[in-house]
Amino acid sequence: MGNNKSDMPPRRTMDVINAGMEKRKKSEKRFQFLGQASILLAIGFLAMLLISISSKGYGAFQQTYIKLDVLVNADQIDSEKLNKGNYSALIKASIRSLFPDVDGRREKRQLYGLVSQSAAFKLKEMVIDEPDLIGQSVAIWVLADDEVDMFFKGHIDRNVEEDARRIKNTQIEWIDQLVAQKRMEKRFNTTFFSAGDSRNPESAGIWGAVVGSFYTLLVTLLLSFPIGVASAVYLEEFAPKNKLTDFIEVNINNLAAVPSIIFGLLGLAIFISFFGLPRSAPFVGGLVLTLMTLPTIIISSRAALKSVPPSIKQAALGVGASPMQAVFYHVLPLAMPGILTGTILGMAQALGESAPLLMIGMVAFIVDIPAGVFDPSTVLPVQIFLWADSPERAFLERTSGAIMVLLGFLVLMNALAVILRKKFERRW
Amino acid sequence: MKTEQKKEQNELLENEIRTKKAIDLQSKIPKIDRENRSTVGDVRLEDPRMRCTDINVYYGDKHAIRDLNLDVGKKEILAMIGPSGCGKSTFLRCLNRMNDTIDICRVTGTIEMDGLDINDHSIDVVPLRASVGMVFQKPNPFPKSIRENILFGPKIHGLATHKEDLEEIVVNSLKKAGLWNEVKDRLDQPGTGLSGGQQQRLCIARTIAVEPEVILMDEPCSALDPISTAAIEELMLELRESFSICIVTHSMQQAARVSDRTAYFHLGDMIEVGETKQVFNAPLHQLTEDYITGRFG
Repeated sequence: MGNNKSDMPPRRTMDVINAGMEKRKKSEKRFQFLGQASILLAIGFLAMLLISISSKGYGAFQQTYIKLDVLVNADQIDSEKLNKGNYSALIKASIRSLFPDVDGRREKRQLYGLVSQSAAFKLKEMVIDEPDLIGQSVAIWVLADDEVDMFFKGHIDRNVEEDARRIKNTQIEWIDQLVAQKRMEKRFNTTFFSAGDSRNPESAGIWGAVVGSFYTLLVTLLLSFPIGVASAVYLEEFAPKNKLTDFIEVNINNLAAVPSIIFGLLGLAIFISFFGLPRSAPFVGGLVLTLMTLPTIIISSRAALKSVPPSIKQAALGVGASPMQAVFYHVLPLAMPGILTGTILGMAQALGESAPLLMIGMVAFIVDIPAGVFDPSTVLPVQIFLWADSPERAFLERTSGAIMVLLGFLVLMNALAVILRKKFERRW
Repeated sequence: MKTEQKKEQNELLENEIRTKKAIDLQSKIPKIDRENRSTVGDVRLEDPRMRCTDINVYYGDKHAIRDLNLDVGKKEILAMIGPSGCGKSTFLRCLNRMNDTIDICRVTGTIEMDGLDINDHSIDVVPLRASVGMVFQKPNPFPKSIRENILFGPKIHGLATHKEDLEEIVVNSLKKAGLWNEVKDRLDQPGTGLSGGQQQRLCIARTIAVEPEVILMDEPCSALDPISTAAIEELMLELRESFSICIVTHSMQQAARVSDRTAYFHLGDMIEVGETKQVFNAPLHQLTEDYITGRFG
């Protein structure tokens, strides 16, 4: 039996390898195909998302305006009390003058409904700015009502039955006349970028939310960056390695995975109920988001510190630097690109966060632009959430528009992270 | 020119060592038995720079160095040789307390310098490391300009504040390290852009910029090519005029070429120490002879 082996022709290693090559090549091909397919799938979904959002949202950057010739009648306005004047009557009169043959309460209401309620406010501001206008006739472009806007942009089909659409047949006639008279046109929507929230979609804007987001992120950055980097430096470079620091490390890693709404509950219980800080304030929002981003910043900073070659620190210690000097002169600057990237990504995460802010009241309907970190305000993602919840067709457009702005900010922040990293790396 | 002469000299020296070894082996002087691990040779000097007494080092449970006694002389080059893991680098790191940076490392015994025990709690490592500088195995310049590399030490110790003084330190250190002619036009370029040998000389320049009294070198040439190695060896011989140098090396030729005294380490014990010529030509211990004749290690 023992001779069997020596009787067989010797198999060369090359033969064995060649026999298996086919299989190896196949599995390699299969793996490559899987990878490429998943990337293509991801790109496809991303493209779908972007196309869907921008096709819905691009309309938000334009708005329909109507030109009215308003006679600023001195009867309706007391020149001593410009604030109290009946401006909406003036607007109504000017609309009526365009369509003198409209009669009946219902028709009149439909006619007035072509123009946004904000028109009267706009006229008021003009008159307050320039009291000389009283008694004169002025031509002003005022916002059209949101339904008119939707119709003019083609979101409402005139071939649909009258009962099934919000714009009535008579209104469509008037709109056609206004278009023929060149009294109605689409313009760039400055309101969207300069106004706060509003119940009327045509005069609602994102500026209030943008400013609220800015203040919130400012507080978050000012708190989380120094605290996060300091914790990371201490834990990574100075803390003794014992059970306590291990415990802290495990907990920081776990905190990064805690659902953000929990942080909102914590903010509500501690900052608002216990410390009595104001509700809906960017300051509290910033505190909550600080708690949420700290783990991200600490983890990425520690990773960045760890990636600095230990030989650099040894070299510094070798010429007699104290541990702090070694860290602050050499290790930290080298880790900075990584720390900044982590921080900016944490900030981007905070910018897109809405759940914890709902808990501390930043979901309130706030019209005014916040002037400081203690003013009630909302933030971009919460604004998107609020608008997405509103029934008006025009808010759908604004929701997508606001998402585009938010995505724009996120892209900007990520680009900044890349630029900073590149810039710092080039220095060495 | 100089390097070539040096090479010739070295070859002569090596030949001499080889013949002597042959004679030595023939003459069969009885060596100290392999099992005997106590130190052979004179560990003490008359006027030492540093005096180590009963040094024991532990890494956790591992006893890395056992009962080591050794003097480091003034203006001498002390070479430490031995197989990997024998504790020579660990001992070197005791001399400026670099072992402090390793959490599990524990050092006992006394290391006297200027009448003080450097292991004493009252001694601050900052001034200690300023007077006992270290050059590492892998060149590790800071990723900053050549000038900043040199000036980091003097700046943190406040050795000079005026611009001219600082500039003088840069020039002197680079000149002493034999690097001045190669880098004088690009002091503001990153030190990491130099070649390996130049980087190591930059590290030496950085170490001597704070004017230490002892320079520790942990296998400074192991990552370098022969020409850079020759340059650094030449530099060490020049630096001996002003500093004490302790060098750990895996190259026995290097130890034979540059050092005044040689210590042989074996698995945590210092087996033999003595004049380099004696250790290489007529080792007293069987283990030393085994190592330097290449029987193991």
